[in-house]
Amino acid sequence: MKNKNTLRSEPNKDGHFGPYGGRYVAETLMPLILSVEQAWKEAKADQAFWEEFESLAKDYIGRPSPLYFANATSMHLDGAKVYFKRDELNHTGAHKINHCIGQVLLARRMGKTRIIAETGAGQHGVATATVCALFDLPCTIFMGKTDIERQKPNVFRMKLLGAEVRSVESGSGTLKDAMNEAMRDWVANVHDTYYLIGTVAGPHPFPEMVRTFQSVIGTELRDQMMEKEGRLPDTLIAAIGGGSNAMGLFHPFLDDADVNLIGVEAGGHGTDTDQHAASLNGGTPGILHGMKSYFLQNEDGQIQEAHSISAGLDYPGIGPEHAWLFDQKRVEYVSVTDEEALEGFQLCTKLEGIIPALEPAHAFAHVMKIAPQLPKDHIIVMNMCGRGDKDIFTVAEKLGVDL
Amino acid sequence: MSRIEKIFETLNRPALITFITAGDPDRDQSLAVLKSLPGAGADIIELGMPFTDPAADGPAIQHASERALAAGANMAQTLEMVREFRKNNDETPLVLMGYANPLFVYGFDNFAKDAADAGVDGLIIVDLPPEEDADLRAAAQSQNIDLIRLITPTTDEARLEKLLEGASGFLYYVSITGVTGTAQADIGAIRPHIEHIKTRTPLPVAIGFGVKTPQDAKNMAKIADGVVVGSAIVQNMAKGLAQDTLVETIETQVKALSKALND
Repeated sequence: MKNKNTLRSEPNKDGHFGPYGGRYVAETLMPLILSVEQAWKEAKADQAFWEEFESLAKDYIGRPSPLYFANATSMHLDGAKVYFKRDELNHTGAHKINHCIGQVLLARRMGKTRIIAETGAGQHGVATATVCALFDLPCTIFMGKTDIERQKPNVFRMKLLGAEVRSVESGSGTLKDAMNEAMRDWVANVHDTYYLIGTVAGPHPFPEMVRTFQSVIGTELRDQMMEKEGRLPDTLIAAIGGGSNAMGLFHPFLDDADVNLIGVEAGGHGTDTDQHAASLNGGTPGILHGMKSYFLQNEDGQIQEAHSISAGLDYPGIGPEHAWLFDQKRVEYVSVTDEEALEGFQLCTKLEGIIPALEPAHAFAHVMKIAPQLPKDHIIVMNMCGRGDKDIFTVAEKLGVDL
Repeated sequence: MSRIEKIFETLNRPALITFITAGDPDRDQSLAVLKSLPGAGADIIELGMPFTDPAADGPAIQHASERALAAGANMAQTLEMVREFRKNNDETPLVLMGYANPLFVYGFDNFAKDAADAGVDGLIIVDLPPEEDADLRAAAQSQNIDLIRLITPTTDEARLEKLLEGASGFLYYVSITGVTGTAQADIGAIRPHIEHIKTRTPLPVAIGFGVKTPQDAKNMAKIADGVVVGSAIVQNMAKGLAQDTLVETIETQVKALSKALND
């Protein structure tokens, strides 16, 4: 029986989170989407599948990721107690590896022999190329031309791992265009190819599946927090592009009404300009990339280019479950500008000796705003979802440093 | 009887269905080409609604959308072009083809009303499988507009049943697993499938995606009730021709396709 008092039982059997989600794909893909759903349903109920996932999570990814009390940050901000969930310490340096391991196991189970993926910052591309190297599967990564330029280290990493990186020149050459091109490839190669989608977006069952693999973050956190503080945290904060790290952090806490959940969108040059990536705060409901959700678009339903200093947040849409949680007001969605994120990036690095990726630097910037206003016994946990080595060139350029 | 029903009933040969994108390369040239199509031999017209993210289309039709949008195309202009076309043509069925988002944002009910009012006969929405098309189908049906379903080489028996339930107008058979205009359809491979579909439904079956030349059209016509040519025509829109030359070029191309189906 469906429990009506929970926010954790979405989506329904058709993949809808309230009015959002669904399966808006070409008919050619529908049989494959349905078979992914069937295989996922079976895998989810198969103990052996989870044993393999957990074994790789522990010995290959390095889970559980630590829960770290950021003492210097807490002292500096002189307010709430700030913790970091250290998913940047995962193998490959970000949370993306969690759902890549899960999905590659599913692809193998389905007998698929080729993997494709889209990538923005390159973190999901690197994680996908990594698991494909591990399982000896050929892999093609679609990446926008603009992103290839600004994420050169990750492009080289993917190539070293044996992936083919295909440059996408249509549109603005960023994540949304890479996703279009991956869809086109998938339609043409349905017989042998698995599309390893990199966030809680796309057609059902991907949002729910990626969330399930990423929920390891929030599930670990519950135990770690009980151990360290003997109670649940007061506030959870995570950056949001498509929304995978935030969904993984939030989902195990959705029914804990006393835990505030805050998603931080990329405000770019400001949500009052046309240069941002805040799909919830600056977008409207629409249909793209297999799902109904919020998108940046004009009044004629044409999708607009997103802008963020962070390539990983530079996407004009957001996962459908976030759209639903936004409407439900269960999660508070705020935004942080490029400039604020840059400040967060530098402060976190200096205070903690942790170079955050520009994505969690957005979350850190929001911590900087709210922690000083909160009492000393208020516990904030921020998801440090990626490390910043990949971003040093972007940051150097913004700071006017010639490397 | 709808225009679509009427054309399939009166033609004693397969229908030629031609695709162009509304507003490509701009509104005036696109309208001039649109008006010339029936005279050149197009039996049904598919008019593409431009979209920024045409994930089911190959480069030719992607670029057509880009040109149209760059020239200021929007949904109001597409419907206005249909109204202009209908001033001199009340027979040729016109089907709008595109992606769900611009219709969703317009509002399905309002869109269906305005489309019917402009003279639209059918809709093909490539990213709206039966699982998600109930709202638009209801809106379209209330205005006597056919929501045309797509069947593909990956459609199995169970799926076919689902696709035929509530289908109207005609069926659009996607002849390749891929995006528009990229591969050659293999007639030997699809023939048994189409023959099977025809035993399951009285609706006409048109074949599209991967049909380029008059010879392709002639081959496909042997097994179908209609043949769709899109990317091959749209490619001529990309050449930057003056309006008269452009209209003449497309007319010549459509005449050759029509002749192949009439021979």
